[in-house]
Amino acid sequence: MARPTPRPTGRSEWLTDRALRAYAVLAYLFLFVPILVVVIFSFNAGRHAAELIGFSTRWYEAAWSNVFVIKALGNSLTIAATTAVLATLLGTSSALAMSSMTGRLRRLFEQLTYVAIIVPGIVIGIAALLFLVTAFGWLNPWLAFGLGSGSPKLGLGAHSVVVTHTLFTMAIVNVIVRTRLRGMDRSLIEASGDLYATPWRTFRQITFPQILPAVVAGGLLAFTFSFDDFIVAFFTAGQDQTLPIYLFASIRRGVTPEANAIATVLLAITISAMLIGGLLVRRGRARPVVAAEEGEVPQATDLAEGVA
Amino acid sequence: MAVAARRPGARWLLLPSGLWYLVFLIAPLVVLAIISFGERSPNGGYEPAVTLEQYASLATRFTPFTNTIGLAFAGTVMCLLAGYPLAYVLATRAGSWKTVLMALIVIPLWTSFLIRTYAWMFILGSNGVPKVLETLFGIDVQLLNTPFAVLLGIVYNYLPLMALPIYVSLERMDRSLLEASRDLGAGPLASFRQITLPLSAPGVISGCLLVFIPVMGEYLIPVLLGGGKTYFLGNALSDLFLQSRHWPFGAALATAFVLFMLAVVALYAWVAKRLTDQGRESSLL
Repeated sequence: MARPTPRPTGRSEWLTDRALRAYAVLAYLFLFVPILVVVIFSFNAGRHAAELIGFSTRWYEAAWSNVFVIKALGNSLTIAATTAVLATLLGTSSALAMSSMTGRLRRLFEQLTYVAIIVPGIVIGIAALLFLVTAFGWLNPWLAFGLGSGSPKLGLGAHSVVVTHTLFTMAIVNVIVRTRLRGMDRSLIEASGDLYATPWRTFRQITFPQILPAVVAGGLLAFTFSFDDFIVAFFTAGQDQTLPIYLFASIRRGVTPEANAIATVLLAITISAMLIGGLLVRRGRARPVVAAEEGEVPQATDLAEGVA
Repeated sequence: MAVAARRPGARWLLLPSGLWYLVFLIAPLVVLAIISFGERSPNGGYEPAVTLEQYASLATRFTPFTNTIGLAFAGTVMCLLAGYPLAYVLATRAGSWKTVLMALIVIPLWTSFLIRTYAWMFILGSNGVPKVLETLFGIDVQLLNTPFAVLLGIVYNYLPLMALPIYVSLERMDRSLLEASRDLGAGPLASFRQITLPLSAPGVISGCLLVFIPVMGEYLIPVLLGGGKTYFLGNALSDLFLQSRHWPFGAALATAFVLFMLAVVALYAWVAKRLTDQGRESSLL
């Protein structure tokens, strides 16, 4: 709902108003121009910024014919998709359970959820690395003992990235689904119960259709966070390079136009997943159900926290 | 809640995620804490011991971290100076554009941190702006690998995290207070200082926390924009675990970081409760 803009009266107020608006425009330019620069220069035929020659897709061709890039892209997509599925299942089931209970257990899970979101990625990555290496060190001799010397050895890899990514993305899914559950129309559930529907039937016919947009949006967010993550994967990926890890290693050796192409591909994948998610949430809100309007903005804030 | 009584079996749904938290969050943090009491084995890694040696040397090797705190503090202040006016414009002047403009603030947060930092590496690097300046004006400047670049990277990446909570608190503000203030003869500046600013304090505090804590643990910005010269906790941790392999000291550092963070968040929750007196779930999350 748009409130009426306070009408500036005096000259100095008019000036302040103009200055503030001009500042906002500059701030938005500041936020978006750098990313646009990367995208634009990924299509530049020249080698660097001072060499703006013309349109070309040569850097995309270079990236596409690089086996390491393709392998890293494959790893990233597999990890992100698996994480999204796991995070959606775990986050949604815990959200459903939490919304139907009160008391100590619920508070404990609320706290665990917040801890999983606010502990910085670098600490999660390092703790997971130490834990997994220690656990594998214990388990491998037992495996060898049980299965003979030919038994597989446990080690870091794509799977360790998946379990760690699932940890904080399921917390994000949980927050989103719980926000949606809070805004849901309870009378429908009660009516369904009064009409002797079993709890499972009530869930399938009433609850699930209402939370579905939030579930899908949470899953897509989990996908993008996993797909974009560098720092957690950096510590837990072992030999399985992801695309952000490849990009990091390559730009540390020196900025190449190929990196712009890879960055643009990463952006394109993230933004499409995000747009689909945004549209679904919007559609969910447009229904005649009172949405948790209040939870909307802070939610964006703690989601953001997960990235950092 | 009404459904609670009818679904006593619902708590079993907590089992999978509960196990996940236990194995992949609590157990790793416990292992981290245990290792922090150990000693470094001669060829790196960990040797079991019960000693506070690592925590003691945390104090003696404090000098690099004053650097972290200084830069994180400066970065947070700059984010605040840049983010407050932005949030203010959004809350007071965006009109029907509000939703779109809000979305535009959130979108950068959902794009890759690595790419956002890389963008500035590309722009400030020797083939970027400096090259253009040299060709056009013949000026030779170094922008990348300076504290300036690090601060710019911090402001760029964390501005939305600062602006969002401030916007929320400004948006919740009761506008009639401003009208009352005007009717009582206060000028716009006095109204801003006496009403808007104090009422947006909770937003300012959460914004500062949301920026300060992750910035302290920053890894990518100092590596890519600071040339590794500016030392943040994130770099220190990564060096300790991946290069010098001094696990116990790294673990002590990480544990101290987590404890510091929890202490700050607890302090914040306490302050926020006193400020808002509504006592509802802290607006940080």
